[in-house]
Amino acid sequence: MAEPPLIDLIDISRVYGTGEIAVHALDGINLTIEKGEFIAIMGPSGSGKSTAMNVIGCLDSPTSGQYRFNGIEVAGLSQDQRALLRRHYLGFVFQGYNLLPRTTALHNVELPLIYKGMRLAERHAAAAQALAKVGLAERIYHDPSELSGGQQQRVAIARALVGNPQVILADEPTGNLDTKTSVEIMEMLLKLNRDEGLTIIMVTHEADMADYADRLIWMVDGRIERDTRKAEAA
Amino acid sequence: MLWETIRLAIQAIFRNTMRSFLTVLGIVIGVAAVIAMVTVGQGSTDQVTADVEKLGTNVVMVLPGQDTMQGGPGGTADPMFTLRINDTVEAEIADVALSAPISQSRARAIFGNESRRTDIVGTDNRYFEAARWDLHRGRFFDPADLQSGKSVCVIGETVRESLFGYADPVGETIRIKTLSCEVVGLTKSKGASTFGSDQDDFVIMPIKTFHRRIAGNTDVTTLFLSVRDGASVEEAMDDITLLMRDLRRIGRGEEDDFEVLDMKQFATMLSGITDILTGLLSAVAAVSLLVGGIGIMNIMLVSVTERTREIGIRLAIGAQARQVLMQFLVEAIILSLIGGLLGIALGLGLAILGANWLSIPFTPDPLIILLAFGFSALVGIVFGYFPARRAARLDPIEALRHE
Ligand SMILES: Nc1ncnc2c1ncn2[C@@H]1O[C@H](COP(=O)(O)OP(=O)(O)OP(=O)(O)O)[C@@H](O)[C@H]1O
Ligand SMILES: [Mg+2]
Repeated sequence: MAEPPLIDLIDISRVYGTGEIAVHALDGINLTIEKGEFIAIMGPSGSGKSTAMNVIGCLDSPTSGQYRFNGIEVAGLSQDQRALLRRHYLGFVFQGYNLLPRTTALHNVELPLIYKGMRLAERHAAAAQALAKVGLAERIYHDPSELSGGQQQRVAIARALVGNPQVILADEPTGNLDTKTSVEIMEMLLKLNRDEGLTIIMVTHEADMADYADRLIWMVDGRIERDTRKAEAA
Repeated sequence: MLWETIRLAIQAIFRNTMRSFLTVLGIVIGVAAVIAMVTVGQGSTDQVTADVEKLGTNVVMVLPGQDTMQGGPGGTADPMFTLRINDTVEAEIADVALSAPISQSRARAIFGNESRRTDIVGTDNRYFEAARWDLHRGRFFDPADLQSGKSVCVIGETVRESLFGYADPVGETIRIKTLSCEVVGLTKSKGASTFGSDQDDFVIMPIKTFHRRIAGNTDVTTLFLSVRDGASVEEAMDDITLLMRDLRRIGRGEEDDFEVLDMKQFATMLSGITDILTGLLSAVAAVSLLVGGIGIMNIMLVSVTERTREIGIRLAIGAQARQVLMQFLVEAIILSLIGGLLGIALGLGLAILGANWLSIPFTPDPLIILLAFGFSALVGIVFGYFPARRAARLDPIEALRHE
């Protein structure tokens, strides 16, 4: 018996505003993502990449269409239930890092575990381990203001993966970083995908970064224009 | 889980030391101001009551002229009283226990190289009784002093200090104008009245001596009466008014040319003044509360951007809106409790200092403390919680995008 796909978007639309001024940020998206994929989404500015990420990440609800996550219909879920979905299955990495200021790397990474109800000692251990995984074992007591952009983004990645999610959603994770640091971040995401089987969905404007992915989705005007796999492209 | 929330809130409070400190400061100042002001105000009201009770609520005074409370006695054209009037009032009105005739003026009392301008009072022993003076040394007047108008006097503690330092004045002779008189008694100190006037600043001599040697006439300026225990002061005052009108031959429809006052009227007047004082103090306190509240609001508004992003982050990583709110609420409550407790401590401290300085009793009112505490909690919740609630209602995406 076939397992349902991890992510299944069926004719998803997201419309901002109504009538004359309505903006179709997503305009009939169909997309199926299996466990363990590493996907890059590209496209011109305003093509709906971030909107798609928000819908997939259960931060936003589509105006119409069906979204099944592990076979669960997300549209039927309440705010709180969607929060639970995020808590247990999803990890986010943002372009602007979005770490809590004046808060140590360790506590930032601990945050998702607090809401999972994990005890303090376990939490510390898990957060320290996640930080070690991204190469910041030495920096766990540093505040974000004491870390470089690349280091901050690594803290954000540690925070995204500390709760053992199935998917990591990264919206322009290297958008604020120089090429060398960007490559480090990409290597890290690639490693997580290869070694731990994490599904990674990433938005990027840089072809070099998109090259790390196995599958490239090209969006224009709220539609998927191209959906290519590396094997095919090569 | 609640314990965990409290622990996290305390952590968050210490992470944002400056913000927390400023928030607490606003509450501390507000609460301390209210408690200090109200406690001091209450203390001075208590002091007035105590003063009036010390003097006796059964004391009635009769002064020549009208509205003497506004104008003060002496500046009136109305005729003074006489010894005969005084004795008639005492004899004819059953509820009057005793009535002391008083004549007074101000003059310099001299002893050796020391001198002091003071109240020179002529009266008799009935005054000491009605006004509840006790002796510290020596004696009051004896019948011979009074009958022949001997040159003797009883002085108050302030005059003693000025003229004699800590030496015993009894037996010494002081000079007032052309009169040399022997000090026969020293009264026990009553201290300052509520408004700082010194009650111990006087020289008292037999009224006959006063008339002859100081005043040069036989006027009586005040009748100082004591109403019998158990009798109604009001009824006695009515009787006194009727009799006085009779004695001074005031026709029907004519105005009184004298005024009958009792201590209750004094008390009303005095507590009227302290009420105004308390009102003023409370206004000042209210202003500082307001200022404190505005300060807190400012700080909260400044941090709203930061907090909104924080809420966005927490929601994105899987917190439910009510969990975030609970955290913010606990944080706000803890902050205002800390502020409230510090404010109460500071307020009571200031009130003790103030009470000491004004030499009034320190009577903290638990109700006010409770109120101030409740207010601080309210401020914390309103200014800490409601901005957070607004933010938590946002979409996580919008909260994250908040600049
Ligand atoms: N909250 C909103 N209200 C109204 N319109 C919105 C809102 N968010 C996005 N849009 C519109 O939806 C469209 C898609 O936006 P989206 O942010 O998904 O683009 P994007 O592909 O991520 O662009 P970029 O590469 O610049 O990040 C845009 O036209 C944008 O103006
Ligand atoms: Mg975008």
